[in-house]
Amino acid sequence: MNEHNQDKQIDIADIRKRLSESQGKAYWRSLDELAETEEFQEFLHQEFPRQAAPLQSSLNRRDFMKLLGASLALAGLAACAAPVRESEKIVPYVRAPEEVVPGKPLFYASAITSGGYASGVLVESHMGRPTKIEGNPDHPASLGATDSMMQASVLTLYDPDRSQNVSQEGNMSTWEDATAALSAALAGLEDGEGLHILSGTITSPTLTSQLNQVLGKYPEARWHQYDPSHSDNVLTGAELAFGEAVQTRYELSEAEVILSLGADFLGSGPGKLRYTREYSRRRRVYDEEHAEMNRLYLVESTPSITGSVADHRLPLRDAEIEALARALAEEFGIEAQASGRPEAVSAEWFEALLEDLQEARGKSLVIAGAEQSPAVHVLAHAINEALGNVGQTVIYSEPVAANPVNQLASLTTLVNDMNADKVNTLVMIGGNPVYNAPADLNFAAALNKVPLSVHLSMYQDETSAVSTWHIPQTHELETWSDARAFDGTATIMQPLIAPFYGGKSAHELLAAVLGETETNSYDVIRAFWREQAEGDFDAFWRNTVYRGVVEGTELKTKEVSLTAEIPAPSATANGEALEVVFRPDPSIGSGEYANNGWLQELPKPFTKLTWDNAALVGPATAERLNLRQDDVVELSLDGRSVEAPVFILPGQADNVVTLHLGYGRSNAGNVGTGAGFNAYALRNSENPWSATELSLSKTGERYKLSSTQIHFSMDGRNLVRSGTLAEYEENPEFVEEMEHIVESDLYTDWEYNSYAWGMVIDQTVCTGCNACVTACQAENNIPIVGKDEVAIGREMHWIRVDSYYRGDLDNPELLHQPLPCMQCEKAPCEPVCPVGATMHDTEGLNVMVYNRCVGTRYCSNNCPYKVRRFNYLQYAELEENAFAMQKNPDVTVRSRGVMEKCTYCTQRINTARIQAELEHRSIQDGEVVTACQAACPAEAIVFGDINDPGSKVTAYKASPLNYGLLTELNTFPRTTYLAKLRNPNPALLAAGEEGGRA
Amino acid sequence: MTVKPRDARKVIETDRVIAPGQSYGSVDDAVNSPVLLPLGRTKLWWFIGFGIAFSLLMLYLYTVIYLIVTGIGIFGNNIPVAWAFPIINFVWWIGIGHAGTLISAILLLFRQDWRTSINRFAEAMTLFAVAVAGLYPILHLGRPWVFYWLFPYPNTMGLWPQFRSPLDWDVWAISTYASVSMFFWFIGLIPDLATLRDRSENRFAKLMYGMMALGWRGSAKHWQRYQRAYLLLAALATPLVLSVHSTIAMDFAVAQLPGWNNTVSPPFFVAGAVFAGFAMVLLLAIPLRKVFGLEGLITKKHLDNASKVMLATGLIVLYGYVIEIFTAWYSGVEFERFMAFNRMFGNYGWSFWALIFFNSVAIQPLWSKRVRNSPIALFIIAISVSIGMWLERFVIIVVSLTRDFLPSSWGDYSGTLWDWSLYIGSFGLFLTLFFLFIRFLPSIAVAEIKELVHHTNHSESHEAPPTEVS
Repeated sequence: MNEHNQDKQIDIADIRKRLSESQGKAYWRSLDELAETEEFQEFLHQEFPRQAAPLQSSLNRRDFMKLLGASLALAGLAACAAPVRESEKIVPYVRAPEEVVPGKPLFYASAITSGGYASGVLVESHMGRPTKIEGNPDHPASLGATDSMMQASVLTLYDPDRSQNVSQEGNMSTWEDATAALSAALAGLEDGEGLHILSGTITSPTLTSQLNQVLGKYPEARWHQYDPSHSDNVLTGAELAFGEAVQTRYELSEAEVILSLGADFLGSGPGKLRYTREYSRRRRVYDEEHAEMNRLYLVESTPSITGSVADHRLPLRDAEIEALARALAEEFGIEAQASGRPEAVSAEWFEALLEDLQEARGKSLVIAGAEQSPAVHVLAHAINEALGNVGQTVIYSEPVAANPVNQLASLTTLVNDMNADKVNTLVMIGGNPVYNAPADLNFAAALNKVPLSVHLSMYQDETSAVSTWHIPQTHELETWSDARAFDGTATIMQPLIAPFYGGKSAHELLAAVLGETETNSYDVIRAFWREQAEGDFDAFWRNTVYRGVVEGTELKTKEVSLTAEIPAPSATANGEALEVVFRPDPSIGSGEYANNGWLQELPKPFTKLTWDNAALVGPATAERLNLRQDDVVELSLDGRSVEAPVFILPGQADNVVTLHLGYGRSNAGNVGTGAGFNAYALRNSENPWSATELSLSKTGERYKLSSTQIHFSMDGRNLVRSGTLAEYEENPEFVEEMEHIVESDLYTDWEYNSYAWGMVIDQTVCTGCNACVTACQAENNIPIVGKDEVAIGREMHWIRVDSYYRGDLDNPELLHQPLPCMQCEKAPCEPVCPVGATMHDTEGLNVMVYNRCVGTRYCSNNCPYKVRRFNYLQYAELEENAFAMQKNPDVTVRSRGVMEKCTYCTQRINTARIQAELEHRSIQDGEVVTACQAACPAEAIVFGDINDPGSKVTAYKASPLNYGLLTELNTFPRTTYLAKLRNPNPALLAAGEEGGRA
Repeated sequence: MTVKPRDARKVIETDRVIAPGQSYGSVDDAVNSPVLLPLGRTKLWWFIGFGIAFSLLMLYLYTVIYLIVTGIGIFGNNIPVAWAFPIINFVWWIGIGHAGTLISAILLLFRQDWRTSINRFAEAMTLFAVAVAGLYPILHLGRPWVFYWLFPYPNTMGLWPQFRSPLDWDVWAISTYASVSMFFWFIGLIPDLATLRDRSENRFAKLMYGMMALGWRGSAKHWQRYQRAYLLLAALATPLVLSVHSTIAMDFAVAQLPGWNNTVSPPFFVAGAVFAGFAMVLLLAIPLRKVFGLEGLITKKHLDNASKVMLATGLIVLYGYVIEIFTAWYSGVEFERFMAFNRMFGNYGWSFWALIFFNSVAIQPLWSKRVRNSPIALFIIAISVSIGMWLERFVIIVVSLTRDFLPSSWGDYSGTLWDWSLYIGSFGLFLTLFFLFIRFLPSIAVAEIKELVHHTNHSESHEAPPTEVS
């Protein structure tokens, strides 16, 4: 036995060594080769004696597949630094079977962070492979919803471009060597002078405590923070208003009148999912529970998804937004040094807003955008105070982030120290400052002066290339960690899989800085929480990890007093000057998701652009500057310039050019490198979010942008039906009256004796955030096709979000329409397929039989909604690479030459059916949740059995707002829409004011 | 019987169905002699023509192989334009075939004696065009290797094709058409093959022609059965002239896409097919009569008649264009109206106006007898009609698909190099077959012409004795 054990040890070590030596894309291919080796066979025998046996004897297909799965999973595990320890139990969330049942997924609670803040997730795991991310209903920042980045993070986990080994100045090295080098350097520092640590925003309690230990051990060490999407203005605003750092969060469920001063509170920021949920619940007037519809006034410089659901939206330049805030504050008796309301805001609009706010005292809310100047934040605090909103719709608390600092100042200090050769050792925990630091700081040059720089990162990125040491970082699904949500609630994050590429977590790196090179994240996290927990620690641990939320960690309301020191207005910029506005990209963020194919190919809201960013300009500006779509322009600011293609975006404020950050990466990986242009090249530390005096000149060149939509007007077709609350109250049937008369058709109706699945999409609350699109992609194994294929119209998304403009060109109404398959009752696609590959099933689904499809594509031609997608080439990867492990085993991976489409997540229906039949009952309402529905933060998608009179979907279908798209074609769609209701101020409607919105 | 040197024979242009002074021998000389020439003495023009055709065929094969290896994505098709070049070309080639069947079957039944000189190569043209066309829908499949799933054959899957789909109707229409056309052509060939067998001096040629002649001895019994079979097949083929292209029109008419969903489509498509077919007959006949010196057999009368048919069908097609636009307006359906507007003034408006020019304006000179009698003018007009009919299918198929119901899903289309190489290459397949045909088989129905000579001479003998040539 002992002998055996020894052999086993040797084998594992050997295999581990092989795996750690292999690198690059060769890694996954090498698994097959590895499986051939004697060592692996031996290993297999000892690890799975019963399963290995069939290898020598006859092997049937089923066993072979099982074995294949087992050996691959096993090899994946062997790749990590240490196999999961006996003590590292991770706790399943929903069902807790004693062992893994093949074919049945398990769900584990964890969290995905964005900008340091956590959103709780439940990760679906098939036989040890995380495949899909769902929101954690118990988590305050998620409430069960997700956004597209959370959905896509599972793809990043498997990304073969991730860094796979420690490297020293580009040469492969080991963790041991790296820690040795670090220890040696630290040994030379008495009290830590010269040791600098750079991190992003940190909310992790454990990491904070580790940092504090480091600072305790090395009192002269410095901790800097920088995140390109920093909220310095929010912090400065709070400090000016209250004299201390204060976290602001909102109770949108209490707010009746909301004014957003450039805040995209539904589309960005750590609380967006919860805010979307609360906001949308206040807009569903036809639900009995929520009778009062809220009203949102919004001013912004560039269209955001929040703007698209506002009742009154005005495009304003950032400077004008501040002027509006000052003018408004004056009305509440606040000394705001106002110089009158901006011209673009009409007197009627201003009066209406003022009146609404005043009437809704205590139930109103003013939100300032994170990108707005500190003054706007102070003014928002002051107005909220004046309206009595504090404690009602606005809640103040201690900051969630550890040690909040002005990050630009913090980074500037670091760069100055580096340039002054004061930095001996720089430890960078994540981040990519060489790429995303303000251009004027020239971080790369400064970094070159640091003798020892250690960069912990998931990719060998721009910063890794300049650092002396690069250490591969674990993905959030690979390591134990913790993080806090926007309201302070902590989550203990559990790993779903052992690290693929020998990655190290931030906890392990900091432990190494503290000299504990052998410690792992699990021990660090457990040790920290052992101190926090009261009572039985094991019970606390199990329960907390299981639920994904640490009870009672939400930050308590804090009493603050407004000192209201309102900064003087900066010199008003010349109104004629071109203003540039920087925003994180709606799909790939500030660049951290640049190598994620799902997000690169995700059509951005409004523009529907994929694989690129663009210089967004309004129609009036384009006309004045004589710009056409796809023209390449040279943008210069402060002596730095960048070339960018132009995209003309209605709803953009005049004279404002919006640039999305996150593109133009040079070391992103195979997917992200070279996509788009680098807007950071223009961004400086003085004006991180907007700057005037941008100069723009045409280069005469053209650049082909790939947008999934080429026509954004409804051309008078009655597609997105909408009305105002007043219209609805006066005549609830107003939508029905828009209907074309549908006469009965020639064909007999289908009969449904069991279930009849149906869907309703509520356009009133849909923000067009795209979460559904990525969720569908993850659930249904939808391939990406690349920019060139998108350019010729071959994207594969099964659900898309159509975007339309209506009304005034400069301030149009922005409309979204998510479009999955309509599952028509009389589907035009069905009779035209010559081989019967698309059929109507007994529950009304329009199903697709991939194996039968010969690819005539007639079904797509005859589909009036064009929701069918065709595999023109072999889009799905056939290679056994890492991405193969992400695939949902319940959904076929389609080959080239076959048509595919949405089938209401038929695999989920079947899972529920099997469960229901085992329990001798029928499927209950709410038991089947489609992937798009699960992700939706606005609860805009309702799915269920329309044969069940008690189901929610049946109730929605009975709503007078319910209508079908193109019903005049007698398709009888199963997916229907609720007309979009808005709640504009009647006074503004009467005045006819309001470009485009009335 | 000695063969008269060709250059000694004077070019006879005539308005009659056959030139005066034809005899059995002269017909044989004109038609059969070039066929029976030893390979080595084949004319240079044939080698050049065949060489070009064969090179194009190689381009076709290369494209097909690349297509099957890589996938249908090598073409420009997308969503919403899921059908494009291959289907345009399919309809175009099928249309071309129609003139052949019309000439052989309908004109036979109507006893139009002028058909005799042109029916053989027109039928061959039909056959080759159908062969080329028939390959397109298969190559156009996402998974061409399972094309046979469209046939109702007993299989382990226990599945039938879906008979409601017009694409399955296509399978029947095209396979029926191809087989009837083949039989018709072959039966018509039998007496001529026997003649070739009898006259060939090469053992191998004798053997081959002999096998194909099926033991034809020219007995009265043979002739009687032959005539009956031929007439029966003509009766069978006649409805096909109307049905095949009607069925293909259903591929579009059955769909609900504006621009496709037109009840006028079937007759409109048939007229268009005959129109395009006669254009192709002229395109082939004009050079053929020149190089073979067949002006006495394919006379100006034939050109005149063919151009009259072209003019008539061209006007029907023009009526179709007008009525489509009228119906779109009259229906009051916004989608239909937009389709008609977009067809004329949208992104692809140029294609509509080009098609009007090539198909409707360019044929107007045919009202003049001078034009109808000028082979060069006719050749140019025939080319124009061929281009126009291709554009018509482009307008119907592609332009309708680019702008359908939801503006969000509108898209644009442009063909790729592979689209063009498959199209140009398909001429290679067609022309290769055609060059082989004119080299090894009589391109004019000799037996029928002799019958015509007999009748002509018989009726003329009352006036003047026939001139004996040999």
